[in-house]
Amino acid sequence: MKNRRVKRWAKYILVCILLVIFIIPFYLMIINSFKTTQQFVKSPFSLPDKIDFHNYADAFEKMNFVNAIGNSVIITAISVVLILLTSSMAAYFLVRHKWRINKIIFAILVASMIVPFQAIMIPLVSIYGHMGLMNSKWVLIFMYMGFGQAFAIFIFHGFIKNIPIEIEEAALIDGCNRLQSFFKIVFPLLKPVMITVLILDVLWIWNDYLLPSLVLLSPKERTLPLSTYSFFNTYSVDFAPLMAGIVLTILPVLVIYLFCQKQIIKGVVQGAIK
Amino acid sequence: MKRTNKTLTNAGNFAAFMGPSLITFTCVLLIPLLYGVYLTFTNYSPITGSQDFVGFSNFTAIFTDKEYLGQFVKTLGYVFYSTIFCNVLAFVLAYLLTSNVRFQNFLRAGFFTPNLIGGIVLGYIWKFIFANVITLIGKSLDYGPLTTSFLTNPDRAIWAMIIVTVWQYAGYLMMIYVAGFVSIPRDIQEASEIDGATGLNKLFKVTIPLMVPSFIICFFISISRGFMSYDLNLALTNGQPYGSTRLAAMHIYQKAFQANQYGIGQAEAIVLFIAVAIAAVSQVLLTKKYEVEA
Repeated sequence: MKNRRVKRWAKYILVCILLVIFIIPFYLMIINSFKTTQQFVKSPFSLPDKIDFHNYADAFEKMNFVNAIGNSVIITAISVVLILLTSSMAAYFLVRHKWRINKIIFAILVASMIVPFQAIMIPLVSIYGHMGLMNSKWVLIFMYMGFGQAFAIFIFHGFIKNIPIEIEEAALIDGCNRLQSFFKIVFPLLKPVMITVLILDVLWIWNDYLLPSLVLLSPKERTLPLSTYSFFNTYSVDFAPLMAGIVLTILPVLVIYLFCQKQIIKGVVQGAIK
Repeated sequence: MKRTNKTLTNAGNFAAFMGPSLITFTCVLLIPLLYGVYLTFTNYSPITGSQDFVGFSNFTAIFTDKEYLGQFVKTLGYVFYSTIFCNVLAFVLAYLLTSNVRFQNFLRAGFFTPNLIGGIVLGYIWKFIFANVITLIGKSLDYGPLTTSFLTNPDRAIWAMIIVTVWQYAGYLMMIYVAGFVSIPRDIQEASEIDGATGLNKLFKVTIPLMVPSFIICFFISISRGFMSYDLNLALTNGQPYGSTRLAAMHIYQKAFQANQYGIGQAEAIVLFIAVAIAAVSQVLLTKKYEVEA
């Protein structure tokens, strides 16, 4: 019995040491964001002498933070809402109509999930660049809709398959058409799986760098990852404000994580297992 | 009459339900993918405006390009080591965090945190740690190898990439392994304990075989993400020093958008696509063999 308890404590201590190693980068980033660059280079581990928000003001201005976070919010929110709406409708139709064409469409969608973005990036840029459709949020949102379909339809498809058709039949007999029956009866049932897709798509679009870097060329359209990148490339010697910039960038995500960590973790795991 | 009516309703429904999905998917993914395959057979460049058919010469060009081959091998090594270390660490963490230690959920959430943040930001955080913090620790310990930055040494910079990748994904894979551990039926564990299986024996003979589905998912995720790794690569090393950490995805980007050789870049992208597909599928097939029924 005693042996067991020692073992348990050993495990606990081991895990705690590992966790400290894991989150030390975040700790260093936060304490150093309050120092001057000289202090920072000399002793990165020491606590700051005083809490000074000077670096934050600096980063806030140079990153054009308000503009960047505004762009990120608009792009992420609109893209995710549109993905959820269109892909759940498509998945519903694919489940309820077992036509041959629907089976082929579903197979193509599933197969497309393995295509790496790099295999599409170059033709995407040449086609949309040729048509003069670059440098617009709306085109970027359209692209996210396209890239988000396959995975979201796949997840919704798996869920809707298990919703019995009987619950809709009454509505259809009462004269509801397909659209009404979907929005009034099936759509509300999709809530748990909606949350899974929502979380995964928000994390993906919010943090995405490569696609927006190809599409959004002008500084005023920049999203948060793009403005972080340009901030670092322009001011690469002055470390301290850079750290403040990073803290500003990840703060919104961490605050949301603090409140919804259960759902977020569940969503991410569900998305991976299916 | 009734029949045409039904066909019309069906067609209308098809357009309403499937239209937006199919249009965006086709415009953004399908057409570019097919056009991309065509591009690999041309010498397309937006600067010169050339777009002539050149047959397989782009593919022969990349397979005779020593630099590209070297970087491709480097990418394979990066994917291999990061997959192995990441999964070992994730599995150990999941094992520890499902054995009823205190504050289990809080600890799990802590390990998961890096996954919420994009590769660009993670890369910059670690850039400063490798350049300033680790060198300082090396100096205070007077341990030679740590006094110079990982990022300035061509042999070690790739290890910096591997370390950060492991750190980034271990918490995510851990969660999948935790789900796997939790799904092992209690009665099987108890039965094996009654039969005298303990400790490592139980782990290798009972637990791991029952968790094969989790291994398949985790290896799939780490292999495919490894091949596509770009953001972290860009922020942490930007391919430096001397191009020693320029992984496949970055090479494609530079070939196309900096050297303006779209045809060759796209041919490299298709090769990458095939490599990902082969690695991922063969991994699944290999691992599936070990799957057992509970």
